[in-house]
Order: sequence, then structure tokens, then C-alpha cells
Amino acid sequence: MSESARDAILGRLDAGARPPEVPDGDFQVMAGRPGTVSERIERFRTAIEAANAEVHATTPAGWPAFLMARLNEWGIDRIAFGRESWAGRQLIGDRGEAANGLVPFEGAIEDFKETLFACDAGLTTTRGAIAETGSLILWSGPDEPRALSLVPPVHVALVRTGSIHATLHEAMTADRWRDGLPTNAVLVSGPSKTADIEQTLVYGVHGPRRLVVILLADVPGGDDGP
Amino acid sequence: MGDFGKNAEAALASAKLRGNLRRAMDGLMAKRGAQFADADEWSRLRALGTNVRRRSLARLPELLRKLEETCTANAIQVHWAETPAEANQVVLDILRRNGAETVVKGKSMVSEEMHLNGYLEENGVEILETDLGEYVIQLAGETPSHIIMPCIHKNRDEIAKLFEDKIEGAAYTEDPAELTEIARKALRRRFAEAGAGVTGVNFAVAETGTLCLVENEGNGRMSTTLPPVHIAVMGIEKVVESLEDVAPLLSLLTRSATGQGITTYVNMISSPRRADDRDGPREVHLILLDNGRSSIHADADLRPTLQCIRCGACMNHCPVYSRVGGHAYSSVYPGPIGKILMPQISGFACYGDLPGASSLCGACVDVCPVKVPITDILVQLRARLEKTKGLSLGSVAWTGWKIMHASPGLYRLVTRVLGLVGGLIPRCAPLLRAWTRVRAKPRFAPKSLHRLAREGGFDHE
Amino acid sequence: MAGRTYPAKPEAVYFFGTCLVDLFYPQAGLSGMKLLRREGLRVVFPKGQTCCGQPAYNNGRFADARAVARQQLRLFPKPIPVVLPSGSCAGMMRKHYPDLFAGTPDEAAARDISERVFELSEFLVHVLKADFTDLGAPVKVAWHGSCHSQREMGVREEPKTLLRGLANVELVELERERECCGFGGTFSVKEPAVSAAMVADKTADIGNTGAETVVSGDCGCLMNITGALEKQQSPVCGRHIAEFLWERTDG
Repeated sequence: MSESARDAILGRLDAGARPPEVPDGDFQVMAGRPGTVSERIERFRTAIEAANAEVHATTPAGWPAFLMARLNEWGIDRIAFGRESWAGRQLIGDRGEAANGLVPFEGAIEDFKETLFACDAGLTTTRGAIAETGSLILWSGPDEPRALSLVPPVHVALVRTGSIHATLHEAMTADRWRDGLPTNAVLVSGPSKTADIEQTLVYGVHGPRRLVVILLADVPGGDDGP
Repeated sequence: MGDFGKNAEAALASAKLRGNLRRAMDGLMAKRGAQFADADEWSRLRALGTNVRRRSLARLPELLRKLEETCTANAIQVHWAETPAEANQVVLDILRRNGAETVVKGKSMVSEEMHLNGYLEENGVEILETDLGEYVIQLAGETPSHIIMPCIHKNRDEIAKLFEDKIEGAAYTEDPAELTEIARKALRRRFAEAGAGVTGVNFAVAETGTLCLVENEGNGRMSTTLPPVHIAVMGIEKVVESLEDVAPLLSLLTRSATGQGITTYVNMISSPRRADDRDGPREVHLILLDNGRSSIHADADLRPTLQCIRCGACMNHCPVYSRVGGHAYSSVYPGPIGKILMPQISGFACYGDLPGASSLCGACVDVCPVKVPITDILVQLRARLEKTKGLSLGSVAWTGWKIMHASPGLYRLVTRVLGLVGGLIPRCAPLLRAWTRVRAKPRFAPKSLHRLAREGGFDHE
Repeated sequence: MAGRTYPAKPEAVYFFGTCLVDLFYPQAGLSGMKLLRREGLRVVFPKGQTCCGQPAYNNGRFADARAVARQQLRLFPKPIPVVLPSGSCAGMMRKHYPDLFAGTPDEAAARDISERVFELSEFLVHVLKADFTDLGAPVKVAWHGSCHSQREMGVREEPKTLLRGLANVELVELERERECCGFGGTFSVKEPAVSAAMVADKTADIGNTGAETVVSGDCGCLMNITGALEKQQSPVCGRHIAEFLWERTDG
């Protein structure tokens, strides 16, 4: 069935009058304002805060301490993370394997599902961020399972300030996404939300209710943290 | 023929429905308007988005072949279906092969075209809508009345009652946050236990073999991440050439649809779980559904219909839709896009009344982010429909109209007579009866402009 | 409209009255012609004119529309503007004639005319730069622009500019100024319930402004709106903008 359907569909498309070729459009409008690093940080922060995310700032070396000191305040008892991601290695290196509340993702999701559904938060790195829309770029992989940013009610994301792009178009072209996309790349622009009931905005439907962004000032010009 | 007129009349009688719709549409129009306050940016972005869609359609067969090639290389299994029935069969085969008895579904209009839910239920598969609006609709046993906001016709009291009746342990509440929490709890474990996830596709990228899905709730991500099998269904027109092409379309889509700069999640899926990945489905299937699209593509006058990116702005701005709501159309796609799409994919026999149900005001064309010439296509479809009709009272009347207006002498004679005795035409005459339901009878002027112009000393060549 | 290049003031213009004006609102047409004549133009009213063909075109009766439109193509041989007291009929000639006659021997004539077609208020504002002296009593008016005038001709502000230029006229804006009144030609009788709901909302909007008169540039809308107002026994009356302008400025 599939073979013949394929041939029939493509056959009809091939047989139809060929539409005139359309030249490439002008992508200039996608460029947005490039801006300096601090301008991009500010725009990113404003946009993602407008979508109800919380933004904090610290240093690339100091974030594990910063995070652990706030877990209590944020009501997080157990935070899951990818053991082999740079963040996971740094966290364990800094705090030790047995630190209270740290739950590294073990094995495949089938074995880890119950544990993950019982966690309060998931910690992920990001490939970068987008200033214009206030978006995180999540890049899944063996060290960054997809469910970490999805299943627990709180998602904590680390963003290096030097990786904030002006626009989505700039991020995908400058970073050459086309040359190698992961299984799943996701742009996240706030906590999960809906407006299906009388257009009333409600946060926390199926994904995380809270999105906590921790900016790591890794380039000059950024926010140096508290 | 459908029953648009009758349905519309019934819908108009409901003050509650009209109130719900008007409030919702006003909100959506205001939010979209705020997104495109910069007219120059709107016009440039819109030109680019239109270009992307036209370019994709101009290269459609090549892009579909390329998409099949890249997806296959990415281990996404590609299936083709000419009809909804074929597509349903493909879905069922995949589910059976995987022993999946429960399916979680992300919002997908193509799956509505397929009537997939009913089909799977008939075949013993439980399918659960997970988008909050779709979940409400499924509980109510209805169909979506809007392509973006499926339960826009319902207000909170109706949803409160529905949840209380249909969800075990749910207490009556009209608070949207509490209602959302009830749905979250009811669905949460279902994602983890489902045998497969079914979703639509907003854009499929030929160069990289990537499926893009936009959503706000996280149910789309849940449905494509947790179950062992993900089945994506898409109309063949949704393919674009490059990843770069996605950027303008995404911006136009979310801003036009709900007035958001971007949705909470933009999901780009390029393969099933790889050997060293810890999660993600073990199989990803892409079903390419034609359902009449290749025939539309072959017709230059109708082809721009396929430019549509399903943002729903046309319905939000439509004076007809905003008064009668989506159900009056008895169709999968309501509103202006439904009026041009439904007769083309499902035929005039069912939807021949839809192209006529428009005042051709063009509000939809004003806001369409990819310049689908909806009013031109409506007129084109009216012409196609006329050709299917034989001799009728209507066609005789039009012929009479033509003869009169193509002959200036006859025209002046007839108008002169009408000026004298037109007032005697009774209220119950054809056309006048419908007109005078809410309006006074038009008055023929005793002297035509032709006569006044001559008497007024104007050059009357 | 924005983006259109307007010619210098000509010596003469053609006037295409439209069938609705001819039959139901001849005073609107006559007023339009008098306004143009008062601005010093020679106004030619071709005797052979009937209808632009739009009713048939909108109903998908392309051959009938072409037969009627072809009759109009012959009426404007001189290279002077064609002015219409209707944005809708102007839109038909300007936007749809070229497509309607594409690939026929009349294509060139259709294109030529489409370039020369102007809606009355845009012609008064942009070409004649008309400046009227208001002689009327103080009055509060609401403006209703037709959909085709707004969207096919791009004429949105011109009529309001003319109304605001009248010293004793207070122009009040409708809440949903851009929304269709529900006329839509045969739509009003093919979908009478929806059309009725639309015109009911439009007349309510007009009523809420407290305007004494509703002014429009298209007689289809006017017939719909004033027909409904009359049936509702509303005190608000309707006027075509040409007639309104002439009545207030005719010394």
C-alpha cells in the first residue's frame, strides 16, 4: 500500500504543471538587532521573565554552591541531572557523589522513570539561548536526556552568557545546526502553560510549572552575578 | 451540501456562544495586533514567509523525496498515504506491531482529517487527547471548533461541569488553574504508560530530516519523549526546504495564532533514540498524507491554498466565524481556511455551501501571514461549483442579468421601468424576503442617474 | 492609498456611476459629479454604462461577468481618470479586471482602465486636493468604510480626512470600524441569518456612538445599514459621502 501510495502521490505531483521557480527570499529581516553581550543578556532576561521564568546570575565556577544553597528555598528535595554532562561532572566534583538531594540519571528511561517522576526538579545545560524570544536551546544526548527538562515540576537550566544569540535564525546559522542536529533539539521559552480555558493563562500543565534559569557569566560584558 | 445556513442560525440563537466567541476573538485579535505593531517588520517578514511557502510548493515533489531520504537516513520510518483510510491503517499496523493498546495524542488537525480517534477506538485502541483543549473536547464527545483553541466555544462553567461529571474524583471548580491541575493529574501517568504517542507536524525540514512541533503545554513533548513509539502525521504540503526556512514561519505562526513571540516549546525531532541515548522513542514514524493535496497542487488557481501554515488568524478575524463558531461549518477546518480547504479535500457534495458563506470582506486576507488569497480562491471555487450545476432558476436569472447589463439600451429601458413600478415588487418576492427579514425594502429612485446626468447638463457620450 | 502614485489634476474625468447608484441612489452619483465639476473638471458620463460586473464575478459567473464588463471597457477611450462613487466597484475594475480578461484580446484595455480607476474620495483628496467650506449645521456623524474600499482600493483615511475637514461636522469612530457590515452582495440573501447578525452589530455600534448620520462611500453597505436602521425605527439616517459633502458645501 505504502509503495503504491508513494508512487501515486509523487506521480500526480510530477505530472502536474510545474509551478514557476521561486527565487530565495530576503532573510535580512530575520537578523534582528545583534547588540553587545550585555544587551543580549538583558533582552534574553526580559523576554524569558515575561514568560514567567526566574532568572539568576552567578559565575561558571560558583554555580554548584549557588544552586545547592537555594534548593531548600526553592522547595527542591531531589534534583535529577545527567551524570556525564559538563554540569553533572562539575556538580559531583564540587559537591561529591553522595550530596543530599542529587539524583543522577541512571540507565535508560525505562529503569529511571519512577525515580524521575518522584523528583522535584531536573537540571540541564543548554546549547545556548535566544535573546529576541527569551528561549533556551536544549540539545539532547546521552548526557542530557530529554525527560530531565520535561517530567519534574521544576526545570533548572544553566546558560552561559556567551552563548546567547540575538535571534533563532542567527543561532541556527552561526552554530551550523544543519550539520548535526541531535535526536531532539528543543527551544524552551518559559514554564509549561495553557490558555485553553477562556484564554486565562495558567502555568504548569504537562511540563514543568517553574523554570529557573541560572546565567553563568563566562564572557566579559555580562552580568557578574551576585 | 452541508447545513451551514441552518447550523449558523442555531448558533446565532445562543447568546452564550456568541458571548464566548466574541470575547475570545477580541482577545486574540488584540494580541496578534500587538505582535505586528511594526508595519515594516510585518510586511518584510510576511513577504519572506510567503516566499518560503511558495518556494516549498514550487519544489514539492523534490522536497518530499529529499525528506524521505533524510528521514530514512535518520532512522525515521516514512509512510505514504493517499487517503485518511490508508493513513489510519498505517497507524493501526504500527500500533499492532508494537503491541500498543493505549495512545497519547498531541493536538493534530491532520489526525482530525483522518478521524483517527474513532477509527482506533473501533479497533480496540484507547486514544487519549492530551492537549487541554482537545482533552475537554474528547470528554465532551465533540469535535474541535477552532484549529488552535479547540474548546474556544466553551466557557469555564461548562468545563467545570464536564470535569465534575467525567473525571473520577474531580470536585466542581470554575477556577482555570484548578481545572488545569485536575487535567494534569488525570493525564500525567498516562504519558508514562502509553504504548505510543501520536502528533502532528508543523514543519518538516527536507535538508535535515527534522520534524518541528510547536506547543505550550508540554503534552507534545511528553507524547514524543516517553512512549516507546512516536507516530507523526502530516499533510504533504508541510515540508520546507531548509532549517533556515523554519525561522520566519515559526515567528509568523506563533505571533499570528496566539500573539506569542514564540510558543513555550519548539520541538525539533530528528531521529528515534540512538544507541547511547537514555530516552526518547525507539521508533519514530512519519506518515505523509495526501488527501487531495496533490490534486490541489496541480491546479495553479487553487495551489496557494497549500501555503497555509494553520495559524487560525483567518478565523479569529472573520466576522462570520466570530459569530457562528466552528461547529456551524460541520467540517474539520472551520472559518475562512476551512471554506476553501474543505470543498477541495472533501468535495462539493459535502461542502459546496461553504464557499458561498462569505461576504468576501477580506479581513482574513489582511492578516494571513503567508498571503493565501482566500477571497480569490473562494470566488474561484464558486466558479467551479457553478460549472457543476445544470440549468436552474439561478442560471436563467444570471443569464437574464447578463443580457440586460451587456445591452445599454435594454438596461436603460429596464431601469426606467423599475424606477416607475419597482416599488410594487412584493416583500415576499425571491431574495427580497430574505432581505426584508431585518431590513426595510430598498426604494427604486424615480429618476435614474443616467437621467439626472443628462438633465444636469453633463456630457453624456 | 499609500503607495499609489496619483496623477496631476486633469481637465476632464469619466464618471462611472455604478448600477446600485443608478437605481437606488442617483443623488449620490449626481452629487459626486457636481463636486468634481465644481473643482473645475469636465465630467463625462458615458451613456453606455451599466454595471461593473461584480455581482456575477463574486458569484463565480466569470463568463457573465466578462460579458458585462466588456461592455464597460469600451466606454473610456480617452486617457483620463475614471472616477467611481464606490470603493467596491472601483476595486472590481482595478483589482479584478486584469485577471478577468487575462489571455483575452481585451487584456490590454482592462489593464489600461485598471490603472486609471479611482474611488471618489481618494480622487478628491489626492488628485484634486479638495478643501471644502462647510455651510451646514453642526452634526455628529459616524463613518463606515466598505471592505473593498479599504482592502482592494486601500482607501481608509481619505473619506475621514474629508469629513474632518468640515468645520461643523464631528466625526465619531465606530468601535469596530473595519468590520464588515454583512452586505457582501448576494451573501446578504444567501446567508440571511449571519448577514442579519452582522448588520445588527453594525447598527448597534453606530447607535452607541450617538451619531445622527452614518456616512459611507458604498451604496451596498448603505442600503444594508440604512435598511436595518429603518426597520429598527432608528432615528439615525444614512448618506453617501458624495451627497453628504455636496449638501453641506453647496452654496
